[in-house]
Parts: sequence; structure tokens; C-alpha cells
Amino acid sequence: MKDFQSWGRYFNYRHEIRRMGWRFSAPAMLADLPASFLPVGLGRSYGDSCLNDGGILLDMTPLNHFLAFDRENGLLRCEAGVSLEEILKIIVPHGWFLSVTPGTKFVTVGGAIANDVHGKNHGHAGTFGMHVTRFELLRSDGTRLLCSPTENADWFRATIGGLGLTGVILWAEFKLKKIESPFIDEEIIKFRNLDEFFEIARESEAGYEHTVSWIDCFAHGDSLGKGVFLRGNNTAAPTTYSYQPPKPQRLAVPFTAPNFALNNYTMRAFNVLYYEKNLRKIVRGTVHYEPFFYPLDAIGQWNRIYGNRGFMQYQCIVPYDDGFRAIRAIIHKIATSGLTPFLNVLKTFGDKKSPGMLSFPRKGVTLAIDFPNQGQATLDLLTEIDRMVLDSGGIAGYPAKDSRMSAEFFKAFFPQWEAFMEFIDPKISSSFWRRVTGNSE
Amino acid sequence: MKKTTLIAGAISALAAALAFIAKSKQKPAASEAVRAARYRQPRRVLIAGATSAIAQEAAKEFAADGDKLFLIARNAEKLQVVADDLRVRGAAQVETAVLDLTDTDRHAATLDQAAEALDGLDIALIAHGTLSDQAACQQSYALTEQEMRTNFLSVVSLVTLLANRFEAERRGTIAVISSVAGDRGRKSNYVYGAAKAGVTAFLSGVRGRLADAGVTVITIKPGMVDTPMTAHLEKGALFASAESVGQGVYRAIITGREVVYLPRFWWVIMTVIRHVPEFIFKKLNF
Repeated sequence: MKDFQSWGRYFNYRHEIRRMGWRFSAPAMLADLPASFLPVGLGRSYGDSCLNDGGILLDMTPLNHFLAFDRENGLLRCEAGVSLEEILKIIVPHGWFLSVTPGTKFVTVGGAIANDVHGKNHGHAGTFGMHVTRFELLRSDGTRLLCSPTENADWFRATIGGLGLTGVILWAEFKLKKIESPFIDEEIIKFRNLDEFFEIARESEAGYEHTVSWIDCFAHGDSLGKGVFLRGNNTAAPTTYSYQPPKPQRLAVPFTAPNFALNNYTMRAFNVLYYEKNLRKIVRGTVHYEPFFYPLDAIGQWNRIYGNRGFMQYQCIVPYDDGFRAIRAIIHKIATSGLTPFLNVLKTFGDKKSPGMLSFPRKGVTLAIDFPNQGQATLDLLTEIDRMVLDSGGIAGYPAKDSRMSAEFFKAFFPQWEAFMEFIDPKISSSFWRRVTGNSE
Repeated sequence: MKKTTLIAGAISALAAALAFIAKSKQKPAASEAVRAARYRQPRRVLIAGATSAIAQEAAKEFAADGDKLFLIARNAEKLQVVADDLRVRGAAQVETAVLDLTDTDRHAATLDQAAEALDGLDIALIAHGTLSDQAACQQSYALTEQEMRTNFLSVVSLVTLLANRFEAERRGTIAVISSVAGDRGRKSNYVYGAAKAGVTAFLSGVRGRLADAGVTVITIKPGMVDTPMTAHLEKGALFASAESVGQGVYRAIITGREVVYLPRFWWVIMTVIRHVPEFIFKKLNF
């Protein structure tokens, strides 16, 4: 048994790690695995959706071959363990990009599908799963299902956002996005409060593909929800620069920080500095896609700054209402909680609907917050926010990020969980699924 | 405590310390300078044992450069997976031949096939091999002979043919994956070690013979690498990734370094190990 921690470093579970073999020998391998196992990629989920306490984790990263790349039409087929980083290396020089990318490129294709990840362009492109044209799903009984929107469509829908529970994705094919250059024209705009945020978000909807905001969760009163809005488009004019591979990671957090390193004072200081670093209201520039999409990838093991207690990320989506009352109340709750949120991301989601049964994103405004683990106080606050989100008609408990939601709330937020149960492979299980369905066997 | 045990302990500690220092000074993979040295013409590269983890990683680098590849491996299904992968990664051409490389009778025909398919050869990388089961080999000469055929004689056959071909052309590079295990026979792994020692000595001689003909002969000595070959072993701090070793192989080939330890800190460890007096070495448990 070896230690394997997810990105939040909150759980200390024991697993047996097995490595996936070649694609063609996978059926025999799965047949030999005892229950329960869970296919995992690079383990970038924050909570326990990529953990299987006391069971087997099937490391999918050896499954890292490409199958085909249609350079004219932007269609890529690769094995499930290929990382987005590897894909970018190959597609960007040919003028293609990922249709949807999360905030890190250190995730596998299988993980991106299993969590139906989203990115800064949700309003324009929806989720990762919406660009998947087909994939092969292997069940532990040896059944191989070719799934697409028209073929085995129910399995296609269950597996997108299906948390790896429906079987092992062997390979997937998905559509890429045409780009003229690897650069992004970006604008950074400061906003003084939540009303300004919504104003900028509305006016950015049509003209800017990529939008995201950072907010200062300590600000309240008149400046509640103040922050920095980032928006951008892929640089349209073909640039003369050839593709430059990103510089190798030079910075890394070398050790786990002491638990007191992130406290109310350092967090406040960080939040003030982040807001004030730009003196002007709007800053425009052209940047490479690396710092634009993957700012934190430049710092190796950044999760160590939260100390050995780890951290929890909370993400919720609240529907639009009159005067943005619900989201205002939630931010107010956090700002006055006395706890220490660190990185807070606010973003509007569009109405693009993913085929994924358990897919998380939907229309509304989404808030994602990293909370250093401060024990019961943090858990209590998050349960209170669960209640506020539920009352607003919104949703919380994004499986890629959740570490603590109760079964009661999960079932309320994801009423389709029972229908999904039919698709779960009898030999596959995860700590997350056992927790949120109240089945702790 | 016995004197030999103490000395052995001191040697291990020294080796570990030197290894740590050397490891911390390693250069990043495939540096800019190396990338800048790329040929304009696609290289024509033959890879024997192309589905091995190290060969695959080296091949990815050649593919990214747009080179032409001829891949030889025993298992047709694996070969197909690797060939498709390298095409997507940018190889200008990928051809394959399914062959058990212990079948030395077919080597000449296969090399001809490769040279014809790629319109000549510039580089040959020989990367096939098996990690012998030492305990089983000790009980069976037949098994030991089989291991020698795989890890030594098949290499001798390929290198002989390639050496003659490149000598006549007065150009070319032959790179072979040997092993640090060939630097000194250890009781836990001496069948594999002897085969690799044979490979190293053979290449050293061929290098001398072909020096005037302008042919480069490269001996690559990886240390412990985290690959399917070593999947059953417990991984310590000395294990390197197949990716970093594969990139090291590529770098050695295009810079023409003749004897390369990968990662480089193994040179330090093996220098120490080679100099341990026999009366101590024979007592060491590794």
C-alpha cells in the first residue's frame, strides 16, 4: 500500500497502486483486478473523487499514446492517459488548441472527460465533454463499448462527468479549436463591487471568449465583491512568431509550508496586493496562452503552501436573481466568517448544456474558493453555504473539487444520482461516491 | 561487526553522497542548444526494440523533429500502437517490421528492408532486451544461453551488419542501450550483467575500428529506470523516469557522445563500484 494524495492534500488514504498496461491488453488486466478499483489520471482533483481508500487505484498514465490527428479538420484521437500538456505540444504548432481547457494542463484526457471540466470560455464553448465525438469504454466484465452522441448514447452521457465509475475510458476522440497564434489579447479590468462585476460580465459576453474574475473575499459593505476581471480572445492576426515551447518549470514549492503561513494577515495582504498591483482601471496586453490559461502551472506543487492540513476548494453556481441577492449573501457570509479564503474566482456560466448526466456547470454565476483546512469551523461554514446555495436553486458539490459535502446535500443537488447508479461498473468505486451516497462500506 | 561490512557501508554512503551531488547538477532535458543542432534533412532512424519504454521516449524526440523511422519489435499489436503514436507526434514517415531479434538469420534482410523503406539509414538505435531472472538462470544453462542470445548475440549480429554498412558509406551512427550492470558482475544480476558487459566491450572495439571511417558508435548505460521491465522492483530514489532517459538517449545520439551514463550520476556510482577491491565486493549484497 502506498500513499497517494489528491491535489487538496486533505485526505490521507491508503491505496494499492496498479499501472495500466497496453490498450489491447486492458480487458485481461481489468478481469484480473479485484474489486474495488478506480481509474485515475494525474490526481489533480482536489477532493476524494480520485481516491479509493483501502482499494486499488489504477494509474492510467501509462496509456499515453496518440492514435490519429486530422490536421485539416482538427480532430484528435488519443489514449485516456495522455495529458493536456502533451496534446498542446503537438497541436499548437499546427494551429489548433483545446476547445475547452481547465486551469491546469496537468490533467489527462480521461480525467477531463470523467469530470467534464470547464474553463474560461464556458459561455462560448461549454464543457470538455461537449467536444468529445466518441470514446471507447471498457467495462470490467470485458465489454467494450464505442460511445458517441448517437452510439451507446446512454453510456456516452453517463461517462461524461461520470467520475471514472462507469468503466475505463481507453481512448477518446475530440474536436479542437482553430487558432491563428498561440497568443491571447487580454484585458484586465478592476471592478469596485459586485454590481460592477455583473456589468462588465454582461458587456463581455458576446465579444470575449475567455472571461474569469478574481475577487477579494475580505472586502464587504460597499466594496463587497470587488476584484479584477480578466477577459481575452485568441490573437486573430497570424503572428510571425513560431511556436515557442513553454520554459521548463523553474519555480516549485520545495516543502510543505507550516500551517500558520497562510493566516488572516498574509491572506489579506495578498488580496490587497493582487487588487492594487494594477494602478490603472484597464490594462491591455498580448500574452502567451501559458500564463493566460495556466498561471499556477508555473509553480510546481503550489498546493504545499497550505501546510500539511491541506485545503478544501468550494465551488457553487447560483442562478441569476434580482439584484444578485443570493451570491451577494454568500460572499458576505464568507467575508465576515473570520476564516481565511485565499484564491477566489467568480465567473458567469453560459447556457450551454453538456450531455453529461452528472455534469456540474449550468447557467448562472459560479464562485470557487480555496479554504485552508481550519477544521470544524471550515466545515461548518461550508455546510451553511450549501444551505444558502440550495435555497437559491443553485448547485454546489462539484465532484472534482468537493471534499466534505454530506450525502443529504449531494442527493439534493444531484437528484439524477440514482439513475446514474445503473451505469456504475460493479468493480469500480471511489471514496467520493461512497461518501456522497452515504454508503461507507 | 566485520571489517568488510564497515568498508562496504562507507562505500555505499560515499556513492550515495556523490550521486546526490551529481543528480542535483543534472541539466534539463533536450536543451535549446541541442534542439538548435537539428538537421534540416529528416534523419533516417532505425530502432530495434522500438516498443521498449526508453526507445519509445527517444523515438518521440525524433518524431518531434520530423524524422523518418523504421521500427522493429516482436509484438505486432504494440508496434502498431507505437507507430501510430509517432506519426501523430510528427514523424515524416514510420515503417515497421515485426521480428523476434533473437532470430539473427533475418537481421540482414530486415536491415535491407529498412534501408530501402527510408531510402538509406543515418542512425540505428538498438534498444531491445530482457531483464534476466537471475535465480532461474543459475539453475539453467539453457535459460542463460537464451538470455545471452537476446541481450548479447542479437546485438552482436545487428552491430556487425550495421558497422559494415556504415563503414562502406563512411558515415552513420550506431547507438546501443547497454547498462550500468555491465560495468561489474554482481551476484544478484550477473547473467544480465555479463551480457551487457559483452555489449559494452564489443561496442568499444567497433568504435575503434570505425573511428577513421567517420562512424559514431555510442554506448548508453542507463541506471535503474522505471519501466515495465522493472515493474516488479521496489522503486528507490535512484530510479529515473523512462522519459528522462529516453531524452538522454536522443541527446547522446545527436551530440555524438560516445559513452553515456543515464542519468549522469551513475558514472559516479559506477566509478566507485568498479574500484571496490574484490575481497570486499564479493561480500556485498546487491
